[in-house]
Amino acid sequence: MNKFSIITLLILSVVMVCMPFTADAQETLTIVWAEWDPANYLQELSKDFTAETGINVDVVQIPWGNFQDKVFTAFVGKSKLYDIVIGDSQWLGRNSVGGHYIDMTDWINENIDVDKIYGPAMTAFAEYPKGSKKYWALPAEVDAAGYVYRKDLFENPKEMKAFSDKYGYALAPPKTYEQLRDVAEFFTRPEQDLYGIATWYSKEYDGISMGFQQVMWSYGASYGDSENYKVDGYINSKDAEKALDYYTDLLKFAPPDAPNYYWQETLNAYISGKVAMGMNYFAFFPGVVNKESNPISHDKSGFFIAPAGPKGHYISIGGQGMSISNYSENKDIAKQYMKWFMQKPVQEKWAKLGGFTPYKEVLQSDTFKNATPFNKAFAESFPYLRDFWAVPEYAELLEVCQTNWSEAISKIKTAKEALNNIARKHEEIFEDAGYYD
Amino acid sequence: MQTNRFARGMSDYQIKMAFIMPTMILLILMNIFPLLWSLFLSFHRYKASMPTEAKYIGVKNYTRLLSDPDVWGYFRTTAYFVVLAVTAQFFIGFGLALLLNRKFYGKGLVTTLLLLPMMLSPVVVGLFWRFILASDNSGILNFFLDIFLKSPIRWTTDPNIAMIAVVIVDTWMWSPFMMLISLAGLSAVPKSLYEAADVDRASGWFKFRRITLPLVSPLLLIALLFRTMDAFKMFDIVYVLTREGGPGTVTETVSMNLYKLAFRNFNTGKACAMAYILLIIIVAMSNIYVKYLNKVKEEA
Repeated sequence: MNKFSIITLLILSVVMVCMPFTADAQETLTIVWAEWDPANYLQELSKDFTAETGINVDVVQIPWGNFQDKVFTAFVGKSKLYDIVIGDSQWLGRNSVGGHYIDMTDWINENIDVDKIYGPAMTAFAEYPKGSKKYWALPAEVDAAGYVYRKDLFENPKEMKAFSDKYGYALAPPKTYEQLRDVAEFFTRPEQDLYGIATWYSKEYDGISMGFQQVMWSYGASYGDSENYKVDGYINSKDAEKALDYYTDLLKFAPPDAPNYYWQETLNAYISGKVAMGMNYFAFFPGVVNKESNPISHDKSGFFIAPAGPKGHYISIGGQGMSISNYSENKDIAKQYMKWFMQKPVQEKWAKLGGFTPYKEVLQSDTFKNATPFNKAFAESFPYLRDFWAVPEYAELLEVCQTNWSEAISKIKTAKEALNNIARKHEEIFEDAGYYD
Repeated sequence: MQTNRFARGMSDYQIKMAFIMPTMILLILMNIFPLLWSLFLSFHRYKASMPTEAKYIGVKNYTRLLSDPDVWGYFRTTAYFVVLAVTAQFFIGFGLALLLNRKFYGKGLVTTLLLLPMMLSPVVVGLFWRFILASDNSGILNFFLDIFLKSPIRWTTDPNIAMIAVVIVDTWMWSPFMMLISLAGLSAVPKSLYEAADVDRASGWFKFRRITLPLVSPLLLIALLFRTMDAFKMFDIVYVLTREGGPGTVTETVSMNLYKLAFRNFNTGKACAMAYILLIIIVAMSNIYVKYLNKVKEEA
């Protein structure tokens, strides 16, 4: 082989090796979110961004149970894998203080009209510390816990009469937790494989906490004083004890596997016709009204907001904010995407696809409220939304709640023991973190 | 030749080091350094997810862990699981090995089929057992038991039964390992000993007690040691089957709790201390086994 052939071969090899890179040279923005319908909607919506800018958008979906663990591990490893993280509201504290999210205050003030975003969503999903006007995200999806019920059962004259005879009032979507208990009890018929309610009791991630906290708040208790971080006397108050006893008692009217119920299991229980009512976040409800995924009751489902308790009306907030990873190499593209995302026409399309827009004008429009059978109940829930601690130590605080509340509903500990243990451990966590110094 | 000149230029010591050093470097980087670094961190308040420096706090992580009743609960749960699972695996595995230690048609196929569970990923095992053990009508086990029972067994949600469910799954998966080691031991027993015992009209029980057991016991002890160490680190099946050790903390093993401490709460200092407590317990238990094994070997 002569010199010319060798050089030609060498050049050809180099060209062949480089070819795939040349083809892949188009910029790609990677967004990480949990595995659920809204992430599919976002992938669909982002096609418009790609058409406008030529930048590919890849929405990576991680199952809910591992979502936090995977993203946080990537952050600890300073991974460049994700450009935009659509994370839970509780993550704000840890990821802002930890230096994993970039501070977006100046950029948001210059580029985004904050007044057009639903205020509580901005506070819950973007601001840390609360009230500081320091922003680490833009709200992407606003969500709330709500209920779905079987209209065919609730509106059946025989059922209505039987209920009225037994409880002395008309069968209707419950407005209070006492009514919720009555309705759940009424429809519990194990011999027909029908149960009253499916709600979140799971020990996974934030399962039981998101299900129970709204009951706890509505019974008059709270996680603690957000001013001085005192917990004892709040989370283990008599009201909290009553609420936990109530939530444990509700298990009698749930299917046998209910202590393991998280969003998927709750949804499955409802879709399979096993329960008369199901609690879930509204963002999971598109599957309920879809004929393919719910052949039994897609056209027989009604929706109502989480009931009030004896001492108030509070509902667990859901939804996530869009933050930029500090380790991203595409921060400018990420900002370009977020600016594009917050435009009214894009938000209208986001809402039309099924996303729960944070854009005030779109969110409060009749078009949005009538877009799905559950949007009205979703919109009614807004004034009652509350959140878990959003401090950097939230994961530890959550873990303590998950474990102890799970023990209480399994009757391994009494409500009092579980709540006292939570109070002790939460104060220990705050003390270690220097909140009492 | 270039190679010969190169080889001639190296002393025996240099050649020895050239072979050993890559392994040594790898060992230091991957094992020794993390071991020492985690020991260092166990005496510090440190969170890997936070930008703050590690702060020396002495043995506070250890004292807090050891004075926490919940942590002792995780150790009790783990010990309970180890005793139940390893005992069940020992008897089932050894029993299967005794059955297979004879010639019959299709022995190879039966042995292979019995070994399949231990070749599967524990997460996959946990997932499909989750479906098998479901308490509603989708759980195949309850579907069959429905003939005998009035209400379904809540395998993974009843605090009194959940641990049994985890033991069943782990036993299903790891009894073949016990069987394999026992089978290796049994096939090594000289046939002449049994023939001699037959001449003396020894009973089956006598042969088992005086020939089989003493000769197989060193291998059985090694199998027990491996399984105990492995069972003590139980994580995957619990994570998947009983959703992170539920209901409550009934199936929450030390490793499960350690995972949460390290990778969910990122309480790195405390997690390192917990890992060291676990390590000390496993090393102590292994030592007891090894001492007993040596004693058995001497007697044999």
